[in-house]
Amino acid sequence: MSKTVKLKKGFDINLAGKAEKTIASTPPSETFAIKPTDFIGMKRPKLFVAEGDTVKAGTPVLYDKMQENVMVCSPVSGEIVEVKRGAKRKLLEIKILADKEIEYETFQTYSDSDLRSLSREDAQAQMTKGGVWSNLIQRPYGVVANEADTPKAIFISSFDTHPLSADIAFTLKGEEEAFKAGVEVLKKFTSGKVHLNHDLNGEVSTVFANIEGVENNKISGPHPAGNVGVQIHHLDPIGKGEVVWTITPYGVAQVGKLFLKGVYDASRLVAVAGSEVSKPQYFKTYTGSGVNKLTEGNLKNDHVRFISGNVLTGERIEKDGYIGFYDNLLSVIPEGDHADFLGWIMPRKEVLSFHRAWGLFSFLNGKNKEYVLDTNTNGEPRAFVQTGTFEKVTPMDIYPTYLVKAIMAEDFDNMEALGIYEIIEEDLALCEYVDVSKHDIQQIVREGLELMQNG
Amino acid sequence: MKFLHKILEKQKPMFEKGGKLEKLYYLFEAGETFMFSPASTANNKGVQVRDAIDLKRMMMTVVIAMIPCLIWGIFNVGYQHHVAIGEATSFFSIDNLLFGSRWVLPIVLVSYAAGGLIEAVFAVIRKHPINEGFLVTGMLIPLIVPPTIPLWQVALATIFGVVVGKEIFGGTGMNVLNVAMTSRAFLYFAYPLQISGDVWTQLGGDTAVNGFSGATALAVANNVSIEGSQSVVEGLNQANNMLASPFGGDFFSFQNMLIGGIPGSIGETSTLMALIGGLILIATGVGSWKIIVSVFAGAFAMGTIFNLAGANEFMLLPAHYHLVLGGLAFGAVFMATDPVSAAQTETGKWIYGVLIGMLTVVIRVLNPAYPEGIMLAVLFMNVFAPLIDFYVVQANKKRRIARAV
Repeated sequence: MSKTVKLKKGFDINLAGKAEKTIASTPPSETFAIKPTDFIGMKRPKLFVAEGDTVKAGTPVLYDKMQENVMVCSPVSGEIVEVKRGAKRKLLEIKILADKEIEYETFQTYSDSDLRSLSREDAQAQMTKGGVWSNLIQRPYGVVANEADTPKAIFISSFDTHPLSADIAFTLKGEEEAFKAGVEVLKKFTSGKVHLNHDLNGEVSTVFANIEGVENNKISGPHPAGNVGVQIHHLDPIGKGEVVWTITPYGVAQVGKLFLKGVYDASRLVAVAGSEVSKPQYFKTYTGSGVNKLTEGNLKNDHVRFISGNVLTGERIEKDGYIGFYDNLLSVIPEGDHADFLGWIMPRKEVLSFHRAWGLFSFLNGKNKEYVLDTNTNGEPRAFVQTGTFEKVTPMDIYPTYLVKAIMAEDFDNMEALGIYEIIEEDLALCEYVDVSKHDIQQIVREGLELMQNG
Repeated sequence: MKFLHKILEKQKPMFEKGGKLEKLYYLFEAGETFMFSPASTANNKGVQVRDAIDLKRMMMTVVIAMIPCLIWGIFNVGYQHHVAIGEATSFFSIDNLLFGSRWVLPIVLVSYAAGGLIEAVFAVIRKHPINEGFLVTGMLIPLIVPPTIPLWQVALATIFGVVVGKEIFGGTGMNVLNVAMTSRAFLYFAYPLQISGDVWTQLGGDTAVNGFSGATALAVANNVSIEGSQSVVEGLNQANNMLASPFGGDFFSFQNMLIGGIPGSIGETSTLMALIGGLILIATGVGSWKIIVSVFAGAFAMGTIFNLAGANEFMLLPAHYHLVLGGLAFGAVFMATDPVSAAQTETGKWIYGVLIGMLTVVIRVLNPAYPEGIMLAVLFMNVFAPLIDFYVVQANKKRRIARAV
């Protein structure tokens, strides 16, 4: 049975500089990078390539010693120009200079009817070899899915409620066949259902319409309604010992193309958005795209922060950095390293606040006001004082404060009992935003997940 | 203001690790962040934008909410003085303001100075930031002591409250008990003479009119009930009825107690002003409306239950009187809502508030020695708040386990 879930709790952060639905004609980036740090849970990345090697799109570049079959493949064809390592020789970036014309490694192709009779083993072999397996994320822990598992369900959220998020339907225009084929492949992996969750108040795009054999659920509410973790909590919650997989619609289409066309197609539309972008719009490029070309001559000033992903869960990257494997958004916002005279008490209407304490008048602006927010922390870290606000932005039957405190105390029993299996960082990102005491909630959540996973 | 910030930044290395005044870093930090909100930016990973709120602003909101009570308290101390010596003027007269300020402001200053000092000492010794919580505590303490209190007792109680109520647990956010109520309880048990009996009117060396009694409405109610010859409402109406009531009716009429022209602790006499403060806290979301509403509901319910029992005159007091008597309103708005010592779960807040209200009335009616119940009720429930939360959270865990089956 498809379900409708109406959520009330949460908070929308309405930022200025949303990407217009146009595709830039600027040439895409020349260099691309694979960042092993994007793959959470990857313990010991091992390289197949060295500087100077040439690769095709789909050539394996590295794998994790812990999951030897799962290949991370080059998004483009070209030359490995740099292998960047950090402290203790930790692999940071593998940079690839792209050819003008992309050449592809070829994999076996399947017709629609072949796909129906495809076995899980064959599907798994092609996906792990073809570089698309890493799109599958396992809950609990939010790490790349383990081949040995059979998840009780697979969840796909067809909408993104994060600030400045790319319009998923727009980025997948023309990928109808690929998405359909991808779902067909994914069905082999679960004993249960594939859930495809839509925004109750939006139109279901043609990409997501008429997909056979999935549960089409409708979700409404403010952010984080689009978060797949919140959807799982309401549709088929994860208990101890249970495994659910999640995948983005882009990932599904990529899986589909691997089987239909026999190529690892890493081309994608990336939104470049934020108040500091002169012309926020979409760029056609490939996974791991360099920031340079996307922002060249496209910035209002240069005292900005580049963020791979959105402003709630994203990661800061340098101005010559690269967009992460899972991200379809580059956010550019002002850097906030300014000290304000009596900043803690002056009335502020221009800085968005979930709260209404003295002088925080942003609630008077109405919902349609677009904000220019910078990276200032607006205060210093303190012990927990205010209560009840985390609960107001977490539309789940979970007590975030207690859970976070259990993690800080490394109390395994309570972490489990309070629902740590049901969340990853992004699900509590809003708590971090609204926190009066400025804790790094997401980092704490990750530490908790690692404790649970590794003991 | 940029030049000022530059000057401050120049001094910073002296206070940082390895600097000459390294030990005083947190004093410097407190000073600097009060002048300028810090230029710190979000981490590389995690949220890249942060809400505009911080703890300083939240605490200041509570202080702002207390201002109506403070101003009212100043006028009322003056008014009570003038009415007691038979020179009553209108409530908001300059005379009342001057006299009230003369006695109230020193108490406020001493409370902030003593508390601020001890906070600073602890911040330096324990190496933690100076807690903004003291902005609130420093104002709460003056509002819950009688205007006749010796200043050294204010200082002592503040230091006791901050050290025993808070710092030994690790500072703001870690405390079990409400700091201001701890200070008051300390005064009550250590110096009962200065905080009970005829201490509620600052006579300032003048002589009161004949027949004047400095008792609070609660004390009057208690005495009437013990004598048992008339109803408490009648007793209240007769007490001090030769004094002019500023807002109509007898001196201890319902409306006068509601508006607050009666003797009592400096800031708690006016239920109306406390409610205005409560509205500020609720509108800004800083105080939990659930706690405020449920304290009143609990007190009213318990008053009604006692009406039904009716064993003595106090029990028969109409339940709505309990809402304006004593410090219930002030305690409900400013003490019970302290987020650190209150219940932290939303369901728990209802239970916590109702029990505070009920306990307050139980203590008032059944404990003949000390008629003011809100102080002990809040402290008592502070201790039980974690237990309430424990069961609420336990229910959540059980739901999770039940779901899996």
